[in-house]
Amino acid sequence: MEIATQDFKRVAVMAVSGRVDSATAPELESKLRELVDAGKTQIVLDLRNVEYMSSAGLRAMVSTLKAVKRVNGDLRLANPSPRVEEVLRLAGLTSIFSIHPSQEEAVASF
Amino acid sequence: MDLRLSIPGRFDRLEQIAKFIEHAGQQADLDEVAICRCQLAVDEACTNIIEHAYGGEGRGNIDLLCQPGAGELVITIVDYAKPFDPDAIPQPTLNASLEEMQVGGLGMYFMRQVMDAVEFSYVDGRNQLVLVKRREDR
Repeated sequence: MEIATQDFKRVAVMAVSGRVDSATAPELESKLRELVDAGKTQIVLDLRNVEYMSSAGLRAMVSTLKAVKRVNGDLRLANPSPRVEEVLRLAGLTSIFSIHPSQEEAVASF
Repeated sequence: MDLRLSIPGRFDRLEQIAKFIEHAGQQADLDEVAICRCQLAVDEACTNIIEHAYGGEGRGNIDLLCQPGAGELVITIVDYAKPFDPDAIPQPTLNASLEEMQVGGLGMYFMRQVMDAVEFSYVDGRNQLVLVKRREDR
């Protein structure tokens, strides 16, 4: 798994690639927490290049979403692959997350 | 032909397990979606074994046996931890509000959603989980 973060004026964009499983999800959660701790609570998570995600990845995203919502922020998802979208749907998370077809649209939605 | 993999129970081996399942799925002539679902179920099962059965990484082995058969793939996963009670795993709270949402137990839920059969047993001092994925007619 690789993570690249870009900081825009109002929104932080985190692009994830590779596999998000129990081996890598703790790193994703910790990188997201760093953003939140730095006061960056409007976050776009770009999932375009995520080839696989298990429930461990979903847990990292849900725990971050809870943290940012408490301070009126949001974690919005961009461009999940069909494989990731199926996992989100199975877990009933498609109505919990705001999901956008592209990174640009997710950023503009804030 | 049966395919076997025996590995230490560590999260950094999940990717190797996924590749093993992909190969077995191809041998069983499963389509790409079915193979992905098998990979998800086996990943979640092995994560549960490492986290809950062994209580941490590097505490025991996981043995996988894949049997590509006529129109299906049968995957058997064995661990050597104490007897596992699948009913002890909490049900995830799906379609709840965000604050009420508990994502624990999702792994077990995923297994039951994406596989055609999920069967736990304790045999000869080992936990045995059998997962079956049937090939859809094309």
